[in-house]
Amino acid sequence: MNASRILAAVIAVTMTIVVPAAAVPQGFAGLGSTAEGFVIPQPGVQLRFPADHGAHPDFRIEWWYVTANLQSEDGTRFGIQWTLFRSALAPKTRSGWSDSQLWMGHAAVTTKGQHLVSEKFGRGGVGQAGVATEPFSAWIDDWEMKSLSKSETDPLDRISLHASGKDFRYTLELSATGPLVLQGDRGYSVKSAEGQASYYYSQPFYDVSGSLDIAGRTARVGGKAWLDREWSSQPLAKDQTGWEWFSLHLDSGEKVMAFRLRDSRDGYTSANWIARDGKPTPVRPGSLEISPVRSARVGNREVPVAWRVRIPERGFDVTTSPLNDQAWMETTTPYWEGPVTFEGSAKGQGYLEMTGYE
Amino acid sequence: MLLIAATALLSHWRRRPLQLATFILGLSLATALWSGIQAINTEARASYARAASMLHQSELMQLLPRNGNSIRQSTYARLRRAGWNVSPVIEGDHRFGNTRVRIIGIDPLTMPAKAGRFEAGGVSDLAAFMSEPGVLMVSQVTALKLEGHTQMQLRISSDMPEGAGFADIGIAERILEKRGELTRLVVAPEQRPDLPSLDMLAPDITIKPSGERPDVAQLTDSFHLNLTAFGFLAFAVGLFIVYATIGLAFEQRRATFRTLRSLGLSLSSLTLLLMAELLVLALLAGFIGVVIGYFVASLLLPGVAATLQGLYGASVPGTLSLRPEWWTTGLAIAVAGTIVSSAQSLWRVHRMPLLSSAQPRAWARASAMGVRIQVLGGLVLLFASAILATFGQGLAAGFAVLGSLLLGAALILPGVLSACLAVMQKHSSRALVTWFWADTRQQLPGLNLALMALLLALAANVGVGTMVSSFRLTFIDWLDQRLAAELYVTAREENEASRLRAWLPAHSTSVLPIWSVEGEVLGDRLQIFGAAADDRTYRDRWPLLLGTADVWDRVAMGQGALVNEQLWRRKGLAVGNDLTLPGGWEIPIVGVYSDYGNPKGQVIVGIDTLTTHYPNISKLRYGVRIPPADAPALRRLLTSEFGLPAENIIDQAALKRQSRAVFDQTFAVTGALNIFTLGIAGFAMFSSLLTLSGIRLPQLAPVWAMGIRRRDLALLEVLRTLVLWLATFAAAIPVGLALAWVLLSIVNVEAFGWRLPLRIFPMDWLILGLVALGAAILSVFLPLRRLSTIRPADLLTVFANER
Amino acid sequence: MLLSLRNVRKSYTTAEGRLEILKGIDLDLDGGESVALTGESGSGKSTLLHLVAGLDHADAGEIVSSGRSLATLDDRRRAEYRRTAVGLVFQHFNLIPSLDVGANISFHAKLAGRHDPAWERELVELLGVETLLARYPEQLSGGQQQRVAIGRTLAAKPPLVLADEPTGNLDEATGDIVLNIMLSLTKSTGAALLLVTHSTRLAQMLDRSVHLRGGRIA
Repeated sequence: MNASRILAAVIAVTMTIVVPAAAVPQGFAGLGSTAEGFVIPQPGVQLRFPADHGAHPDFRIEWWYVTANLQSEDGTRFGIQWTLFRSALAPKTRSGWSDSQLWMGHAAVTTKGQHLVSEKFGRGGVGQAGVATEPFSAWIDDWEMKSLSKSETDPLDRISLHASGKDFRYTLELSATGPLVLQGDRGYSVKSAEGQASYYYSQPFYDVSGSLDIAGRTARVGGKAWLDREWSSQPLAKDQTGWEWFSLHLDSGEKVMAFRLRDSRDGYTSANWIARDGKPTPVRPGSLEISPVRSARVGNREVPVAWRVRIPERGFDVTTSPLNDQAWMETTTPYWEGPVTFEGSAKGQGYLEMTGYE
Repeated sequence: MLLIAATALLSHWRRRPLQLATFILGLSLATALWSGIQAINTEARASYARAASMLHQSELMQLLPRNGNSIRQSTYARLRRAGWNVSPVIEGDHRFGNTRVRIIGIDPLTMPAKAGRFEAGGVSDLAAFMSEPGVLMVSQVTALKLEGHTQMQLRISSDMPEGAGFADIGIAERILEKRGELTRLVVAPEQRPDLPSLDMLAPDITIKPSGERPDVAQLTDSFHLNLTAFGFLAFAVGLFIVYATIGLAFEQRRATFRTLRSLGLSLSSLTLLLMAELLVLALLAGFIGVVIGYFVASLLLPGVAATLQGLYGASVPGTLSLRPEWWTTGLAIAVAGTIVSSAQSLWRVHRMPLLSSAQPRAWARASAMGVRIQVLGGLVLLFASAILATFGQGLAAGFAVLGSLLLGAALILPGVLSACLAVMQKHSSRALVTWFWADTRQQLPGLNLALMALLLALAANVGVGTMVSSFRLTFIDWLDQRLAAELYVTAREENEASRLRAWLPAHSTSVLPIWSVEGEVLGDRLQIFGAAADDRTYRDRWPLLLGTADVWDRVAMGQGALVNEQLWRRKGLAVGNDLTLPGGWEIPIVGVYSDYGNPKGQVIVGIDTLTTHYPNISKLRYGVRIPPADAPALRRLLTSEFGLPAENIIDQAALKRQSRAVFDQTFAVTGALNIFTLGIAGFAMFSSLLTLSGIRLPQLAPVWAMGIRRRDLALLEVLRTLVLWLATFAAAIPVGLALAWVLLSIVNVEAFGWRLPLRIFPMDWLILGLVALGAAILSVFLPLRRLSTIRPADLLTVFANER
Repeated sequence: MLLSLRNVRKSYTTAEGRLEILKGIDLDLDGGESVALTGESGSGKSTLLHLVAGLDHADAGEIVSSGRSLATLDDRRRAEYRRTAVGLVFQHFNLIPSLDVGANISFHAKLAGRHDPAWERELVELLGVETLLARYPEQLSGGQQQRVAIGRTLAAKPPLVLADEPTGNLDEATGDIVLNIMLSLTKSTGAALLLVTHSTRLAQMLDRSVHLRGGRIA
């Protein structure tokens, strides 16, 4: 539920220019602001592909978000993140420098001992950053997610992924072994009791292979990846201050997406159980239980890094542990994002994202 | 013992407060002008650096278009997508109401943090910065001028230089009508390793390395060198005073020195005491000097700022900040000056035999030998100056010519004066007249330094005055020719411009487009103008220095280009040479035109070829020829038909008026410096005369005793001073003219790239002569009063048996 | 009578108060007469000489010289008196440093309007300074300088020569020679000589001698 992040991007960008981010009174990083002129997600809208792989400039925020749990030939475990955020100053797009679409890229590589992060900004309209659908490509500068699919299949079935930063660089090929998965109610994902929502679909069935270079040392890697696509104009309620979001690959081949938005009360939770064939079953509202197991000192903050995640109706009860406690994204808007493994009623690996702890 | 000795030594100053004042004042003035000018230079240079780093991110490497005016947006995207961390800038001038502002459009998303110092200004919201109507970050002063002339939100930043503003690149693109034409790309310091090479990605781009000195700093070098030279001249003149005063104070204390030594003070202790004394005085004078210097600098800075603006378009704030390093440099220069001017005196004390005569011989008579050596030295310098003038190159050589010319002239002055006086003496038969010349000559050694200082000051006045006046006259003649069009009209945008192009021919005699493109020619970025060369205006009015007979025809046919004098001289071009213009366009040079007041090179080609080669140049400006009487009517018509604001239609007279005002402002500082230098020289003369008046008694008393009245003697003293002033003034004129010649023919050529004819202004000399006369009378007044009110009893002491 | 002083008084204001130097001097000098004025240091010899020379004003009494009553002369006439009626020889010679010996010798005569080249040549010869004419005072010895000073005074043919310790800066032998030259030359021009000296030996070489003591003639 990187959902909220993008807005973060606007604000984040704002902050590069300005003053340190003042504590935003309404919601995390100002995500609770009202949408002016932007389209609000509605239930019952059918998503269309490949068109919806592209950008939706009428909506304020949007992202193309990939995380992968990788392993090299010698068994070393890695996590990588590749994200392109779009954030619009106005609900329109225009060619040239006066385009209202801002783009932000985050890339990260996590190992047991290291967490390398890079961030990029650019504006639309001039070719520096953007998303094209024919053929599919999402890019900012020299980072790119590009379709390798044959024309009759979905463009996201096979993609290449490239990013680099100080001391790291990766080029990966992702092949889907299952279909696209609509989250929430056929892609309409509710984010609060008041009804804030986004459009949200995923491709959780990627097999990955490629090369990962850290500080000049190159490794052949393979593993599993998860793509999230989400867009909205007003994704958070005013009192929501942050979230925990899990994307879990079960060793059984099933997938679980689960998030909790924290607010002044009990919070808002949502989860989706994805069968091996890709059939999603949203979990009954309120039945996801998330509780911290262990905290770690990250910089000068205390961040809960291990969690117990329970979905009683599925008999699912696992405890996640991070590959690296210090998977802190020291970006303009900071957050925690890193690979995890889990044990309990099921075993597997996945990604955890936490915001609102800065 | 040391304390007692020190008291004895210092008591001298108590008894001669005037001498003390002369010393302190002389050194303070010297220090003041020196440190004042240094302060101005430092301030100006700091301001260039500030502006360069602020506006042009000069500490970062930049990418510039190799040809034509701009880098394409697609080039930017290509570079970014290849991994190059570059940030785009669109830059240009825009007029808001009456205020022209340099708009620098930046992309806050990609601008490297190191260059993003404007953050401090507080754009509180990126969205506001990037969305219409946008935010313009400007200085306080600029903000006041823009108030009400723009819809943009004005944000004040104390870091912003005046007359410039930051805006989002999207906003700037629209205001400046640039349509994706990037002025330059800023290269971030952090780059990915193994980037693809620029040659492959964007062959039409050149790299400008980081930290390169700002253009304006290079342009203004000569000006600052000029100021420094002036400061040094003033300092040297001031040191003459100090040298003379120290010499006198030491001579007058010979008896004290001798007594102290015979009482057992060691030579080294005495020398040490004297050095300590001088050090304290120097520090005191240095302190006062820095304070005065600050005021001098504050006084001059607005003028300097005006000059820099006028000559180079460099913006320098008119206010000065007091920097701590001034104290150290000011005090250091004062101490250094004191050391230089006291070395000889200290050396003499050091070598003084214990029982030397205590008779005051304040001014050791310079032996004929000494004068001869000095004259010889002067001649060598003059010769060196001539050699340098003939064979030297570069601005430094120009100033060396100036320096050796001035110093050489100053050195031979005493010899020349002495020779003249000897001739006068020889050809006079009346006893008193003979005595007058002989006595004047006798006094020369005591006045030499003051006279040399005076010569320098007067020659500088004559020289710089002649240069400025010559420049002014030439410049105004040139303006009259060059500003041929009766009206200069600037359209607000291209549509309006094309309507103007259609409308104007029917309403005027002829229309001269003033279009230009900026590009790299012979390694420099400069303007290439188009001229409607078939128009009579150019043939009749455009001042050419060199050119083939059919020069305008060839330009009109696109077969030739004109270059301005600056470019011609700097690059050693010749008519007939081929010139490569941006885009690899080769065209022969057919003529050279004078282009005063422009620090940069320039090229003119036929207007048609210009538009053919650079189709998307801005076509906003036009010169309009019309009978002068009809100009006001056309002006009104333009306003009513096109709604052109008043500032977009400039008439010739106003333009000339502005140009002249800029010109006069430009040399205001020179005038002020001249007056300062002359003032110091006057003071040197005054202090020398005052000193001499103290030791004149033994020379005057016998003459008085032999029947010449005191008032006649006093009159003769005045006359003597005036004769010396006059002689020095007469000597200063040829030296000044030589100086002017060097300035016009060498220094200006090196510094600005143009050579001006030398013109002579005897009326100016007359005025300078009168000013000098006034100063002479002023300088002699106090010493004279002393002399004329002297009591016979004082004169009698000369004859007293016990002395 | 060439010079006549009657009851001449002069006092100075000093740090210790008013100091009466001359308390009523009477003195007469005939043309061609040579008189020595002797006395202790501070007895007022030089002051008296300065009064007679028109360099200073008497407080009271009358000085008549060459028919002029000095007290009645204005500045211009007094200067004219100094130019034409008296010649001065000083202990420190007081030559004009900027003029060479020849010009020094003719200087006073020219000022007095009595320039007589023949007489000057004769004087130069008599003084024995003919080889020094092109030199400057600072290049001369004391004796030579005093000879030039005497030459300068006598070249102007003043009726009265006033000399203030003319040999005071010279050694005795040189002093005697210089004095003898001066005496013989003044005699030969018919000028009167009033010579201040503290030496009785020198005083004896003159026609008569007057002694000052306590501001009065003893």
